[in-house]
Amino acid sequence: MRAGSPLQRAGSGAEAKFQSGACGEKADISQRREQAMALLEVKNIHKTFDELTVLNGVDLTVNKGDVVAILGPSGSGKTTLLRCINFLERADGGTMVFDGRTVDMAHADKKEIREIRSHTGFVFQNYNLFSNKTALQNVTLGLQTARKMPRDKAEEIGMEMLRKVGMADRADHYPSQLSGGQQQRVAIARALADDPEVIYFDEPTSALDPELIGEVLEVMRSLAASGITMVVVTHEMTFARDVSNHVIFMEKGKIVEEGPSKEFFAHPREERTRTFLRMVGNRTAPNGTGIVS
Amino acid sequence: MSSDVIQLLIQSFPRILLPGLLMTIPLTLIAFALALVIAVITALIQYARVPVLRQIARFYIWIIRGTPLLVQLMVGYYGPSAFGFHPNGFTVAVAVFAINEGAYCAETIRGSIEGVPKGQLEAGSCVGMSYMQIMWHIVLPQAFRTAFPALSNSIIGMVKDTSLASNITVTEMFLATRQIAGRTYQFLPLYLEVAFVYLIFSTVMTWIQRWGEKKLSRYEGRQPVAARRKRS
Repeated sequence: MRAGSPLQRAGSGAEAKFQSGACGEKADISQRREQAMALLEVKNIHKTFDELTVLNGVDLTVNKGDVVAILGPSGSGKTTLLRCINFLERADGGTMVFDGRTVDMAHADKKEIREIRSHTGFVFQNYNLFSNKTALQNVTLGLQTARKMPRDKAEEIGMEMLRKVGMADRADHYPSQLSGGQQQRVAIARALADDPEVIYFDEPTSALDPELIGEVLEVMRSLAASGITMVVVTHEMTFARDVSNHVIFMEKGKIVEEGPSKEFFAHPREERTRTFLRMVGNRTAPNGTGIVS
Repeated sequence: MSSDVIQLLIQSFPRILLPGLLMTIPLTLIAFALALVIAVITALIQYARVPVLRQIARFYIWIIRGTPLLVQLMVGYYGPSAFGFHPNGFTVAVAVFAINEGAYCAETIRGSIEGVPKGQLEAGSCVGMSYMQIMWHIVLPQAFRTAFPALSNSIIGMVKDTSLASNITVTEMFLATRQIAGRTYQFLPLYLEVAFVYLIFSTVMTWIQRWGEKKLSRYEGRQPVAARRKRS
């Protein structure tokens, strides 16, 4: 996933391997990355809202088992990137290869979009749980409608997913009866239910009270450890450093820098990256989570 | 009040109530159910911006809201006879009330559909649901909750508007009262009596509204729902 670099645009797996091999010391997880197959490859996404260019030629490669963190200041286009690759926003240009299928992102039809979405899960910043459904129904509704799964089977899976996120005892509660952290955990269970190839997280903890962030990150850590492929737009530097194996830093609709996360945090190459890390590092330092070495 | 009048009121009461139960209420319920169907379809057409149909929907709402209900009833009743059809009054009344109320409720429902947060639709499409599935399972139930008080207003209004159907030979409560009054010349007491019966009907519907709102708001409360399904 050498987004942005000319080398990568030519992009074969071998090249990618060579490149990240060139980055010096590697964590185990980044080795896993090199050996894996590309699950998702996006090339040259462009997106403009009215006059404003939000994405200006972004490339992204996600391998099976990757946990990719996308960082960047607000307005850098990271959320739009995530929304475009799940077709919540329509990109103006770009191609996507998902699990071997090539799609023109600007002109994908309904069928292609539904096909891709059936292999992805999405977790929103504001949870977006169906407010007229209980926690369990939130998880099972997609299975019963989109997958035409019988109710008892769907509920069996639903309860299993709720157990995974520690919400089984709240199965019959409506979203309004749950805390933000609990709602987000149910939302993660909902994203997991369909056994997706990859789950996209759009700032999953940004809307939470500080004391509720931990429980959500904990769930995400355990998902990462279980080998689920994740792409996470986040402001949680500790999470990005400790859990992700690859980091992308974006600004103004472009990728400024990316690399294996250890490398990225230990030796950021770009001055802009260093400034950014210093800023957020200062902010989180009092908690003992400062990240700049 | 003389005992004769009291006697008359007592005797006439069942003869007013009965057409109320047999005509006014069925007319209201059938017409309102149809009105809701029309309203949801009209609202969805506008919400989804279906070309052509959307213009037709706007035109329909414009015509219906811009002309008096009584005139619509007359046109509905006498219009077909110009083509040789002679529909019965009740059928015309059901159709006209449904079409009339449908236009008003369409706006109510459209407003509440638009009030459902966009994230609810996005979440639905992310779990693979189709547009119609999202509408049916997520958007419409939430919109219905929001629209419920306004829709209750509409149906209570309709109970009383059905008195206009007396103009096209439907012997509902008001026409029944007028007939008795015509024979006995006790206009005021009898009209007050029928007003009282309308009030009873409206009161019952207000109770139903309150009960319905309570039912519908179950997912808004802060209190955990009493566990209906026991889980270990």
